Amino acid sequence: MLALVSPALLVILALIVLPVGWLAWQSIYHDGFTLENYRRVFTEDIYWRSFALTFEISLAVTVIALLLGYPVAYLANALPKGWSILILSLVVLPFWTSVLVRAYAWLALLQRTGVINQFLRYLDVISEPLALVHNTFGTVVATVHILLPFMVLPLYASMQKIPGDLMQAGASLGASPSLTFFRVFLPLSLPGVLAGCTMVFVLCLGFYITPELLGGGRTVMVSMLVSRNVELYNQFGAASAVAVVLLASVLAIFVAVSRFISLDRVLGQK
Amino acid sequence: MTRLSPARLALYVISALVLVYLILPVLIIAPISFSSARFLTFPPPSFSTRWYQQYFSNPAWMQATRVTLTVAFLTVVIATPFGVAAAYAISQSKLRIMRVIHMALLLPLVVPIIITAVGIFFVYAKVGLVATMPGLVLANVMLGLPYVVISVLAGLQSFDPAQEMVARSLGMNRLRSFFAVTLPQIKSSVIAGGIFAFISAMDETIVALFISGGQYQPLTKRMFTALRDEIDPTIAAISTLMTAASFILVLAASARHKKSG
Repeated sequence: MLALVSPALLVILALIVLPVGWLAWQSIYHDGFTLENYRRVFTEDIYWRSFALTFEISLAVTVIALLLGYPVAYLANALPKGWSILILSLVVLPFWTSVLVRAYAWLALLQRTGVINQFLRYLDVISEPLALVHNTFGTVVATVHILLPFMVLPLYASMQKIPGDLMQAGASLGASPSLTFFRVFLPLSLPGVLAGCTMVFVLCLGFYITPELLGGGRTVMVSMLVSRNVELYNQFGAASAVAVVLLASVLAIFVAVSRFISLDRVLGQK
Repeated sequence: MTRLSPARLALYVISALVLVYLILPVLIIAPISFSSARFLTFPPPSFSTRWYQQYFSNPAWMQATRVTLTVAFLTVVIATPFGVAAAYAISQSKLRIMRVIHMALLLPLVVPIIITAVGIFFVYAKVGLVATMPGLVLANVMLGLPYVVISVLAGLQSFDPAQEMVARSLGMNRLRSFFAVTLPQIKSSVIAGGIFAFISAMDETIVALFISGGQYQPLTKRMFTALRDEIDPTIAAISTLMTAASFILVLAASARHKKSG
């Protein structure tokens, strides 16, 4: 049996375990051991600001995705099967379009001469085009779009497990629909909320293409810091240290969340 | 059915708006790609296939397309048997280490892709695999493996291993009984896993940005560079073709799933 897994395991060891290990090594070793890279990451302003911005954006994206995703998951759960399949297909449809293609689509929609600005000017709502992209706003709009399926699917899965008669029991005991929702349904859907929020937050921490193409160079997220240190400045040690801190944050979040719900659930395997 | 309460109405309206937000960007690309205008105007002034002609007549775009298709094809050819063997071993073995191995095989989904990309770049730089075809294929095999493993494990869950025992008790060896009894029954999950690995390789961008170069640049890398500089509607044409390819493949994968029940 071990012989059967070895080809796959070898690929994983050589192409992800070794490279990440290499990064970790490189972050502390350069002609001798040094913590200089970490000192820079934790004290220099540019790194600090980028980490803070990344966490802020990820938090905003997670909250927005939850607010947008919850009603959709709720409706898909409440409607008869045919409708819920339609809704879920529409949710996963963009999932199968390349992130790059969607970044292009958002540029086409949001830029100064883009579809939305042209439409608003046609309606005479605005006289000057709005700055919808090449800033944090555009980054958040496109990022939420990409991550929303990761929110809706775990939400829907957890709502499916809530027995429908619980709501009826609440109603028969005289509770209003909103009371049964807030006292019965919402608490029971919390595992899905936690799973969805974790996935969205963690994926957002490492986002690269969307902020790079839609952020206009002003929204420097951590991933861009990594790539610039490699591509522009040849600062491999600094890039590695930033990557290690990012990876440590991601793993810490997974470990913290796994105390509450099973990780299989977060990774969407159940 | 109860009467439509205000809360219910709000639920419908909000959900409809969210679905429009999800779908609109996917739908907007096709009309742009068939527009004659150099700059994005909506609605498009007139129908034209000039961006498609530009794409098909440009040697650089064609070379990138060949690279993408070759990489995606080779990724499937390698990742599928590797993934099937691993999933089979994980589902059959009772060794405790298998749980750890299972988690390890899902690492590509957990580690932020930018970190994987930079790490691979450093390793490739040492061993001379940067800007090579084997380097690109290997990285995509790694990224595609989790999809095959997850899909095949799900297929094996509904498969009764006693059937394979029967075949073996009748004198088939393990390998033959796997190909004769097990594989035909999990065929659709294997094909679905392979299709997802293909799509993953076709759409992969970040690792390619770091490790591909020269004549071995896939479409996504060229598209990314082009998007950074200016918005060329040729990209809309390529995007439309890529999206159509993905959708056809996903439909094929889910059709196979339905057939197997």
